[in-house]
Amino acid sequence: MLNPQLNDDGELKHLLSIEGLPKRILNQILDTAESFAGVAEREVKKVPLLRGKTVCNLFFENSTRTRTTFEIAAKRLSADVITLNVSTSSQSKGETILDTIDNLTAMHADMFVVRHAQSGAAHMIAKHVAPHISVINAGDGSHAHPTQGLLDVFTIRKYKPEMHNLRVAIVGDVLHSRVARSEIHALTTLGVPEVRVIAPKTLLPQDVEKLGVHVYHDMNEGLKDVDVVMMLRLQNERMAGAMLPSAQEYFKIYGLTSEKLALAKPDAIVMHPGPMNRGVEIDSAVADGTQSVILPQVTYGIAVRMAVMSILAGN
Amino acid sequence: MKIHIKNGHLIDPKNGIDAKQDIYIAAGKIAAIGNAPEGFVANQTIDATNLVIIPGLVDLSARLREPGFEHKATLESEILAAAAGGVTSLVCPPDTDPVLDEPGLVEMLKHRAKQLNQAHVYPLGALTHQLAGKEITEMCELSEAGCVGFSQADVTIKDTQVLWRAMQYAATFGFTVWLRPEEPYLAKDGVAHDGEVAARLGLKGIPTAAETLAIASILRIAKETGAKVHLCRLSSSEGVEMVRTAKKAGQQVTCDVSANHLHLTDFDIGYFNANTHLKPPVRSQRDKTALSNGLADGTIDAICSDHTPVDDDAKLYPFAEAEAGATGLELLLPLTLKWAEENKLKLSDAVKHITQAPANILGVEAGDLSVNASADICVFDPKQYWKVEAKALLSQGKNTPFLGLELAGKVKYTLVNGHVVHG
Repeated sequence: MLNPQLNDDGELKHLLSIEGLPKRILNQILDTAESFAGVAEREVKKVPLLRGKTVCNLFFENSTRTRTTFEIAAKRLSADVITLNVSTSSQSKGETILDTIDNLTAMHADMFVVRHAQSGAAHMIAKHVAPHISVINAGDGSHAHPTQGLLDVFTIRKYKPEMHNLRVAIVGDVLHSRVARSEIHALTTLGVPEVRVIAPKTLLPQDVEKLGVHVYHDMNEGLKDVDVVMMLRLQNERMAGAMLPSAQEYFKIYGLTSEKLALAKPDAIVMHPGPMNRGVEIDSAVADGTQSVILPQVTYGIAVRMAVMSILAGN
Repeated sequence: MKIHIKNGHLIDPKNGIDAKQDIYIAAGKIAAIGNAPEGFVANQTIDATNLVIIPGLVDLSARLREPGFEHKATLESEILAAAAGGVTSLVCPPDTDPVLDEPGLVEMLKHRAKQLNQAHVYPLGALTHQLAGKEITEMCELSEAGCVGFSQADVTIKDTQVLWRAMQYAATFGFTVWLRPEEPYLAKDGVAHDGEVAARLGLKGIPTAAETLAIASILRIAKETGAKVHLCRLSSSEGVEMVRTAKKAGQQVTCDVSANHLHLTDFDIGYFNANTHLKPPVRSQRDKTALSNGLADGTIDAICSDHTPVDDDAKLYPFAEAEAGATGLELLLPLTLKWAEENKLKLSDAVKHITQAPANILGVEAGDLSVNASADICVFDPKQYWKVEAKALLSQGKNTPFLGLELAGKVKYTLVNGHVVHG
């Protein structure tokens, strides 16, 4: 099966998922992001790499943070940017995803940034678009959120450069999380020797250990001696029902507090993809504490997205 | 019309024939095997040198999409596909629109099929009105109209009291109840086997327990009510084991597997290939092996195509939203042959599962080449490879997980009631 993300020369054509990307390409993106990290510090926060290109942000599902950082990233690369919240326009008129794509292609878009509530939507679009167009997956269902995974490992690399010597714990709703899947693949591809997931069984996919992670149900065991704690967002609709009894019980057992964090290494960092539910998956004292790198994650997100777009434009 | 098919290798599992034999057809029936009847003068002679002659295939599940889904397929298009696939008898499930829950609809379908003068069409009536799982249908009337059994297609009866009553009623008159075992709550919104691939792709899984729980209740209720049950489309190793145990204990139960499930696992979903979105889902390698073994040892009786033509537009959605199903009538024979070859089985042992065994389940005269039987015959070239692609398929449904694959086994002639419908 050909990897749909790579072109005939083995270079990045679309960014759909971290899974299946060689370490060489992940490092290329991270190194390129490093060079863009300084752009924001300049007086003129722009580079001309995407001048004359049109980037189309296509959000079939709501998002604020991801959409905004993609917009900023594209603008800093001097691209023309269109953002469409399709969930509120053509979809309600019965237009299919591919009709929407065809229409935008006819308007000469060069790159699509796509978010959709269904797993596999970005792959389907990538298969359908004209050969000169690149697709970036900005989150598809529970499948993948590759730029988030990349910005997370970028952040880890900044604080913990020795990736091959790390213990990382991912805590929370792995079952529904595209972020967790992308993080797991990014970490294992970059050679992090021990990736743990910590969650009740109701929030873990069947056979999750086959993704190369160690499974824990107990925070005290799972957080012991880790270098990085990556918290996942718990969606409101999961907080009560058959998956979990209540947000309170979840916080009591799986919420990250200072006491639980103390089990990790003293210099461990705390991450969260946002938006946070304070008091559900994470205590404010931890979120705003000295070990938290949650805001730097957002900042680095722009550099990483600039890197991805510039590499795709170059290929 | 008298036809002489000569020089072919004839396989008839029911009569234990597996040898080079000529076959003579007169008045729509098989007149003789081996030597010509006295005074036989053929109007047409078919040279079957290097070809194999088998009974026409009996397919236990082929959706013809009529009435109601003519944009996906029509009776005309699919009956031609059946002929091209060597299928001469086929069972159509009741999930049409309207649902086959009224005798008039069944009569209409039978009538339309008969006019086309091609494959024999055997409808399954709906077990409950609208397949809604609440009120049982007029099974006796439906049976008189031509229904060979009663089914819920892909809709499960949630209320076990209704299932119990439906089976009691069917058992009263000796009707067979056809059920695809799937516990609806565990399978809710699921689109793939609940395993590693679903975990990687972020697809909602259907656990094996959805199948085993349903089999357990169906078998138990069938035993209590004395109903004859046919389990449709087994998908899991555990499911096969349960049927094996039930059969050993003497329970009257039959089952089938789709040809797709003999060859595919969840890894074939690849990068969200919507053509592999099937009901039930394709499961793990271990399940695939168990299905294959179950078929070889007789636990599973028959292989069906589970032919479900889907229009291209309905597949152009993300995996979960793409309509489930694949075209299959023209692939049933080659996929069965492929299965036989991969498992080093005799051709006759494989052919049995698409002829004699399904005919027995249906209780109709088909699936064999006995003298005086209706001349429903398939003649094929076992060595000819052909590529599965849209233009090679007569079915209006062009979607199959096997697109692009080269398969051995090309049907050369299909005869129904002694007349050539393909070739």
